[in-house]
Amino acid sequence: MNASGWAEILFTIGVTVALAFPLGIYMARVWQGESTWLDPVFRPVERGLYWTFGIDPNKSQNWFGYTASMLAFSAASFVVLYLILRFQDLLPFNPQGFKGASPDLAFNTAVSFITNTNWQSYVPEATLSAFSQMAGLTSHNFLSAAAGIAIAAAVARAFAANRGEGLGNFWADLTRISLYILLPLAVVVALFFVAQGEPQTLTGHVDAVGIEGGKQTIILYPTASQEAIKQLGTNGGGIFNANSAHPYENPTAWTNLLEIIAMNVLGYACAIAFGIVALARKEARALVAVMALFVLGASAVIYWTETQAPPAMLAVHAATAVNMEGKEVRFGAPSTAVWAAATTGASDGGVNGMHDSFMPLGGGMAMFMIQLGEMLPGGVGSGLYGMVVMALIAVFVAGLMVGRTPEYLGKKIEAREVKLAMLAVLILPLSILGFAALAAVLPVALKALENSGPHGLSEILYAYSSATGNNGSAFAGLSANVPYWNATLGIAMLLGRFAYVVPVLAMAGAIVAKPKLAPTAGTLPTHGPLFISLLMGVILIMGGLQFFPAQALGPIVEHFQVLQTVAAQH
Amino acid sequence: MLSEIRPAIVSTVLFTLLLGLGYPLAVTAVAEAAFPYQANGSLVRDAKGQVIGSALLAQPFAKDEYLHPRPSAAGSNGYDPTSSSGSNYGPLSSDLAKRIKGDAEALRKSTGQSAIPDDAITTSGSGLDPDISPGYADLQADRIAKARGVSADQVRKVIAEQVHGPALGFIGQPTVNVLMTNRALDAALPRVNPKLA
Repeated sequence: MNASGWAEILFTIGVTVALAFPLGIYMARVWQGESTWLDPVFRPVERGLYWTFGIDPNKSQNWFGYTASMLAFSAASFVVLYLILRFQDLLPFNPQGFKGASPDLAFNTAVSFITNTNWQSYVPEATLSAFSQMAGLTSHNFLSAAAGIAIAAAVARAFAANRGEGLGNFWADLTRISLYILLPLAVVVALFFVAQGEPQTLTGHVDAVGIEGGKQTIILYPTASQEAIKQLGTNGGGIFNANSAHPYENPTAWTNLLEIIAMNVLGYACAIAFGIVALARKEARALVAVMALFVLGASAVIYWTETQAPPAMLAVHAATAVNMEGKEVRFGAPSTAVWAAATTGASDGGVNGMHDSFMPLGGGMAMFMIQLGEMLPGGVGSGLYGMVVMALIAVFVAGLMVGRTPEYLGKKIEAREVKLAMLAVLILPLSILGFAALAAVLPVALKALENSGPHGLSEILYAYSSATGNNGSAFAGLSANVPYWNATLGIAMLLGRFAYVVPVLAMAGAIVAKPKLAPTAGTLPTHGPLFISLLMGVILIMGGLQFFPAQALGPIVEHFQVLQTVAAQH
Repeated sequence: MLSEIRPAIVSTVLFTLLLGLGYPLAVTAVAEAAFPYQANGSLVRDAKGQVIGSALLAQPFAKDEYLHPRPSAAGSNGYDPTSSSGSNYGPLSSDLAKRIKGDAEALRKSTGQSAIPDDAITTSGSGLDPDISPGYADLQADRIAKARGVSADQVRKVIAEQVHGPALGFIGQPTVNVLMTNRALDAALPRVNPKLA
């Protein structure tokens, strides 16, 4: 560890949070249907889209209608994406002549991209045509992100209303967020990525004969355009198998910095926008502080673990300042550490180094960030509503301690809201621990592991944490492209997205109908250091209680094995 | 619920056209016009125009007169752009220990020195890492000089010009691009003895 590494980590997180403020202010305007400087371009497109959809954008939906629209949209997305992947051999832009994906792979991948997970069981550069990458995956990188942000907007309106009913219009939210926020940002970021060296072509592949005569088939995609929205929408699905460790997907320190900023900035911005819409700016800044402190803490832990050497390196007396297995020279330990914290905190799931080869506690930390519930800062939109759920539980816990009905942002939090919040929260351990336990005893599941012993358990745990948390990163030694894993991970992804979001929208439906109360002397302040500590404590204790026993059998026991192995070498 | 079917289907189809085709094709058009070299994969060509690789992708080098890249886990023989991958070995993997031991012995033999930089015997995340650390490049200078029949200082001078520092001085790590340095070596110190090659 050195000063330059710490400076890089602090700078990266600091710039991301700073940029989130102006973006959040702009996002609030879009949520509220106000005019923006992009109106001359997009207003006519927006109107045309509403006309073809046959909807009235001003008609506010109650929670049930909003949920129904969101589910109908996700179902249609699933069908279209499944068909594109299944029949890519009949579609254009397929210069390599790839065949259609198998039914289980098409199911897993379609679920993966509509739930904003982007788990990938396949090797893209050996499986997917440019058409599948663009029309299939790139478009759903936009849409699953826009759907997540739409739900955050609905939750914000629930807290803003005084005895209201409607949460907004899902179709209008989806359209405005795609057009006014995601698309313009993606264009700018994509062009920067091309300038830095990311390919953007439909060529498909180029044959090269190296200086020493070795032959290479170089695979090319419209990479930059997909990479931009992959990060901005916290999707994380690699254009190439190695994801953002691949030099075409992340060629320089500059692209690395911007990719980290892109995958976290809209998550923070959603919190800022929430504060503006719900008339709770100070409280929103407290949420941003909690998010950023967790990312900083996780970065520090991983930076520490990855500046230690695995026993195999010590055994040959290498220089060993950094565990470079699975890391790129241009990134080294600090860039890889802050990326790992940002991607697992954000449900992005892109990686710029292989988490499977991290030191045990480094991989364990990355996994723990996912298990804490993907709200730090979380997926775009989904992070914000996850954090609001945690805030409700925090004020409920505080309310129990002092014996008062808790309030949050002027809304009384009563039995129904807390039950729905807990229902959402409990999906995580149910799916992660349930599926992991099953896989740990089924021979058909165990065949897919690269590593055995505690590290093998970590591969299993990480996979279901990643799928349920809609993260998408992996301990990639797991060969998951077999029907058992494709099916169970697909179900875990669906549970993680929809079994979480339906209770959240029901909760928003209960909150929107309540009167907006003015704070009294007895109201717990929800913006200062006291509340920040309380909220961080609730997040840590809930995550810890649920997942510490499983972590103890995986990364933690492996950590002690490493210490033992190193001690035996001396 | 029935009233949701039309917007669901129409929006999916129209957004697929707009965001899945319109957006990437528009970016492609601008990129091909403004940054044709980068947009087409930063391809490097020889004097005849034949593609010899990409400046961004590692390719195998084994001859003494060239800088060697890091070991690679991409594809069964390494350096395969159709199968980018790390090894995904955990820190206690016996396969990792075996590979590192073999690579360390080979490296000490070829350089005649005991020092081993971290990146020299580890596989990268992509298996296509185009760079090595300045330390690993320096370690190879004597071997390259001997193979080319020039002084080690001449080789170090060429390598030094190829070192790229971190962005803004503290973002990322210093790198030496293997392919570009080998091209520079061939250009600056072309006295390659064919018998040694």
